[in-house]
Amino acid sequence: MSRHSIEVRELAKRYRLGEGDALHGSLREAIVGAAASVLHLARGRGRQEADTIWALDHVSFDVEQGEVLGIVGRNGAGKTTLLKLLSGITDPTDGEARIWGRVGSLLEVGTGFHPDLTGRENILLNGAILGMRRREIEQKFDEIVEFAEVERFIDTPVKRYSSGMYLRLAFSVAAHLEPEILIVDEVLAVGDASFQRKCLGRMGEVSGEGRTVLLVSHNMAAIRSLTSQVLWLEKGRVERFGPTAEVVGDYLAAAGEPIGDGLVDLRDDEVRHGAPKWTAQEVRFESVALLDAEGRATSRVPERAPLRIEIAFQVREAVRFFEVAARIKTTDGTRVFSCYSGQTDERLEQGRYVVTCTVPQQPLRPGIYRVELGAMGIDHQDIVPEALTFEVEAGHQEEENPRYAEGRGHGLVRVEADWTEIEPASEAFGERLLAR
Amino acid sequence: MEASNVTIGRVEPVVIRPPSRWTGIGAAELWRFRELLFFFAWRDLKVRYKQTFLGVTWAVLQPVMYMVVFTLFFGRIADLYSEGKPYALLALSGSVIWLFFANAVALSAGSLVGNASLITKIYFPRLLAPLAPLIAGLVDLALSFAVLLAVMAAYGEYPAPGRIWVVIPFLVLAMVTAAGVGSWLAALNVKYRDVRYVVPFMLQLWLFASPVVYSSELLEGRLETLYYLNPMAGVVEGFRWATLGGVPPSYGSVGLSALAAAVMLVLGVLYFRRTERTFADIV
Repeated sequence: MSRHSIEVRELAKRYRLGEGDALHGSLREAIVGAAASVLHLARGRGRQEADTIWALDHVSFDVEQGEVLGIVGRNGAGKTTLLKLLSGITDPTDGEARIWGRVGSLLEVGTGFHPDLTGRENILLNGAILGMRRREIEQKFDEIVEFAEVERFIDTPVKRYSSGMYLRLAFSVAAHLEPEILIVDEVLAVGDASFQRKCLGRMGEVSGEGRTVLLVSHNMAAIRSLTSQVLWLEKGRVERFGPTAEVVGDYLAAAGEPIGDGLVDLRDDEVRHGAPKWTAQEVRFESVALLDAEGRATSRVPERAPLRIEIAFQVREAVRFFEVAARIKTTDGTRVFSCYSGQTDERLEQGRYVVTCTVPQQPLRPGIYRVELGAMGIDHQDIVPEALTFEVEAGHQEEENPRYAEGRGHGLVRVEADWTEIEPASEAFGERLLAR
Repeated sequence: MEASNVTIGRVEPVVIRPPSRWTGIGAAELWRFRELLFFFAWRDLKVRYKQTFLGVTWAVLQPVMYMVVFTLFFGRIADLYSEGKPYALLALSGSVIWLFFANAVALSAGSLVGNASLITKIYFPRLLAPLAPLIAGLVDLALSFAVLLAVMAAYGEYPAPGRIWVVIPFLVLAMVTAAGVGSWLAALNVKYRDVRYVVPFMLQLWLFASPVVYSSELLEGRLETLYYLNPMAGVVEGFRWATLGGVPPSYGSVGLSALAAAVMLVLGVLYFRRTERTFADIV
């Protein structure tokens, strides 16, 4: 039997609402309140109950040793409360949890960092705050500095750091903690893309060393690639608890995604968030549209209907060996398929161009998808990771047979396959089976 | 599940459950986190010396200013009795130990609110927060103590080598008192932010209830028992005797002050421990 690292039974936390007066009270209010209750003038007790909320409402689950558990849920679902309870920062109102091993928690990057202290001093202080022994910190000091890439500024007060440097240093200290159980809250959301990848790699290493990790994140790609089990919380209760693939799929389906009208102006910087900055600038995507049969922009595509993506771009300087790629991804970033235009034979001169990509019978199953665009010459020219979001709608067939209707349990794409009639196996077939 | 609990070589789990009403002081845990106590003290000192223009000079300036002001008003104008010693020395010796105590209490009282971001994000024994200023204060005390010795030398007074070591038990007594009062005020401050305004006022009154600007010999016979229920009465008097000499404090008065200090420590820490469970929720 595998060992449990954490056993949570009916764990619950109740908070009072509408505070201000009741908690951060002034002495005067406390004195008046005490006097009032002595005189039996206390306000009705019923109110007290109504003003409370179960941030965590009797939750139970187990985590095995060495397992990486992802915790997902909307804001206010109780994720952080759960982590705070397990870290011992606050106490439960009801229920209990048993934890085997030293817990290191990282609920915020840079907790305890002091702006006036230098990088070196903050590493010592922050390490101690996170539960490292002085000797341990000194041993790992060089490693921490190297990981954070701040060697040159190690004796500079961190208030002079760029926000990126600050975050790298803070994460680096935390990443070198070595508790048996690591609790991490949404810290991967910070930093630039390359540092995020580095952090993910480090997290992967940590779990590879047999340590138990609890990870709260809104980044479903991170949840998918790092965790094996997922706990989905909704209003303080467990909505689902199970293997990552199943729970994340359901969670995304339920969470819903804002979908545009199928036409996106790519000159807008907002749309381009997450786009790498290292690309050459000769070509720039200007717009992308999903077209229906009549050529109008749409954000909904029926199953097995044609998928038409119209892409407009501007060539600022003539490019050679030019090619456009449209890539279809799920909302958590898993790539389903890519379509390439093929390289142009001739130079593409300055000017505006339009190109349309059509997948005659698109294979996607119902769900939300995204289009990523890429333009390549000799170098990468432009990349927009989330250019367009669209929905594949269920066809009529699904409505008739509910067995095939919902969820991603059937995979991401539908492919045609030929099946023979089901018939009794002949004796010859049985012999062939045995002969193998 | 039960099976996993009895796996050979497996340590007992930490159990997280709703708090019981009373808890101990948690000494074992405090000991385990002792390094962090010194890191907190180190941080407070570093930051203070980096942020302030005068830095380390403050530790020296404060008692010297006290001495000057007290000597002018109480020594010259009021011409208070000073045990046959220069009044300036009486005031300075009292101020040195008093300022250690008063600064420690004031910083302790604000320590939880000041570290709110830490308390809501990280677990550590909460008592470390009000205790750290005591440790940091020792550094200031060492400096101001050196000033005291220098000023004494200027007046041609030298501490008796056999007696000077007695400052240590009195210093411990001051720390015990400050720890008790400081942790109580820190816990109270989380709940009632008025405490911040009460503390300076309270310390001012307490200053005059302790023999800092006057000699306790003035009070002899009158309300003596009541007077030494203030632990700082015994501390200031004992500290002064250890440095300047004169009439030693009676065992009775010191014992009474020590008892009062112990009671304050126990009550302060117990109150702190009882309320610390809610700090992260309301700070």
